[in-house]
Amino acid sequence: MSAATNPTGPNPSVAHLRVVSDRAAGAPGITLAGVSKTYRSRDGDVPSLRPLDFHIHAGEFFVVVGPSGCGKSTLLKMISGLLSPSTGEIFVEGEAVTKPHGNVGIVFQNSLLLPWRNILANVMLPIDMKGLPREKYLPRAKDLLKLVGLEGFEKKLPWQLSGGMQQRASICRALVHDPKIMLMDEPFGALDAMTRERMNVELMRIQRETGKTVLLITHSIPEAVFLADRVLVMTERPGSIAAIYDVPLPRPRSLDAMADPVFTELVQRIRKHFFTQSTLD
Amino acid sequence: MFDKNEVARERGVAELKAPGAVSKTLNAAWVRPVLFLLFIVVAWDLTIRLFRIPPYQIPAPGDVLVVLWTDWPELLRQAWPTTYATICGFLLSAVFGIPVAMLIAGSKTVESYIYPLLVFSQSVPKIAIAPLFVVWFGFGIIPKVISAFLLGFFPVVVSAVQGFKSVDPDMVDLARAMQGSRFKVFCAVNLPHAMPAIFSGLKVSVTLAVVGAVVGEFVGSNSGIGYVLQRSIGTFDLPTMFAALVILALLGVVLFWIVDRIERFVIPWHVSQRDDFLFAA
Ligand SMILES: Nc1ncnc2c1ncn2[C@@H]1O[C@H](COP(=O)(O)OP(=O)(O)O)[C@@H](O)[C@H]1O
Ligand SMILES: [Mg+2]
Repeated sequence: MSAATNPTGPNPSVAHLRVVSDRAAGAPGITLAGVSKTYRSRDGDVPSLRPLDFHIHAGEFFVVVGPSGCGKSTLLKMISGLLSPSTGEIFVEGEAVTKPHGNVGIVFQNSLLLPWRNILANVMLPIDMKGLPREKYLPRAKDLLKLVGLEGFEKKLPWQLSGGMQQRASICRALVHDPKIMLMDEPFGALDAMTRERMNVELMRIQRETGKTVLLITHSIPEAVFLADRVLVMTERPGSIAAIYDVPLPRPRSLDAMADPVFTELVQRIRKHFFTQSTLD
Repeated sequence: MFDKNEVARERGVAELKAPGAVSKTLNAAWVRPVLFLLFIVVAWDLTIRLFRIPPYQIPAPGDVLVVLWTDWPELLRQAWPTTYATICGFLLSAVFGIPVAMLIAGSKTVESYIYPLLVFSQSVPKIAIAPLFVVWFGFGIIPKVISAFLLGFFPVVVSAVQGFKSVDPDMVDLARAMQGSRFKVFCAVNLPHAMPAIFSGLKVSVTLAVVGAVVGEFVGSNSGIGYVLQRSIGTFDLPTMFAALVILALLGVVLFWIVDRIERFVIPWHVSQRDDFLFAA
């Protein structure tokens, strides 16, 4: 049913690196080749990620689950170019990442909308930051707001919206400059359970309609299985790949998919990874 | 599919709040403090009568009012240099304080060099070094301005540093990931975020600048409310002295009020201004 692919060894040789690099150059999606991260701080080095090798296909919905502090957010920051890896290389759409490249849209747990900008101006933030022509992207921003059901809220300030609506606006902001990739760090972690389920369905629809590659981090195993094409399970800090599971549930999925035996079995299997370690979060 | 209910509720909330807020501000803002002031004046008068306090210790409110009434052209003339020095000193503290705070918040190195010295300098009593400015700059306006500046500077720096530092690092990361230059990110995120804190610093600063100007006038000046104060103490003319204090208090209140107005204009989005915002919207 669900196939676990082998995690790559912790110490890939240089030759192995080169092979991946060559393949990655020009390949769409995201490729990590021997990527590790050790934070240098005053009280010594903090190894956060052991060398990782994997590839996320273009248009794939890829979900990462792992215990708190295993380096998930670090991984996301490295892919967006905000942090550089200690070893290895990252390729986004075939280009080696060395600095912020803007080919990603980011959604954090907090919607992080600027309280002094109205919803539309918040969605336009990436356009302002990149210095792109506003007139050209304004219709797109409005279309996106319509896509997530926030039509008519363009002129509202963030605090006038509920938590779920704020998070939808931040999804629009992540998509407005039309990046190939959407990076989401526990995007629905601050929402109540019901809003969260609705947002999951919503997100799948948005992903289907926009065709974006999505890398989503979550603490919730059911959420991971429900959303993902593939689920990457990480070990405790310093994080490495425990397993990668394919989710063979057909799309489009509704909430009924959670009752599917395939679903429940896979959730159970992933959960086993964390029984032996500590809990998730 | 989208929460029409949620939409309706949000609109309802926005509309419900508005009328209540209007009448509330009209009532609370002016009437209550004036009532309280009246109460204090009456209590003051009663205390003097009840305990037979002689007028060379505490003048009766009536006597002070008489002085205010008969001497107001002279008091007003003397209020002008004090006001001028206060405003100049205050503007200087804003013009220097905010950039210094930016440097301190932006660089750990700058912070480690400057901040401790700044705190240290605060424990030097300004009144003790004010005569020095008279020695350096004579009896003109400059010593008063410097004295006002020195008192107003610190609160601006402390609040602004706190404001700049309290920016959510994820928010900055988000803007940086969109390839915003340091300057653009600062203008779009850090600076507006720090504005409420800066304004609370400015409000403290403007009232302290009044004190600073008066201190400057105490040690070396032949004009200004501080000069009137000192002269009237010398001649035991307590009603004039109290009248001068009333003028100073009024000056402080008016300047505070002006800064408050500017704040409402500059950061209408802030929590503290929301009632007004709804009123205006
Ligand atoms: N700036 C930093 N300096 C030092 N250590 C850090 C820093 N950021 C994160 N870490 C450490 O790296 C590990 C991984 O962090 P993070 O990627 O935020 O984990 P996760 O998102 O999986 O909870 C944590 O143990 C954390 O303490
Ligand atoms: Mg995290």
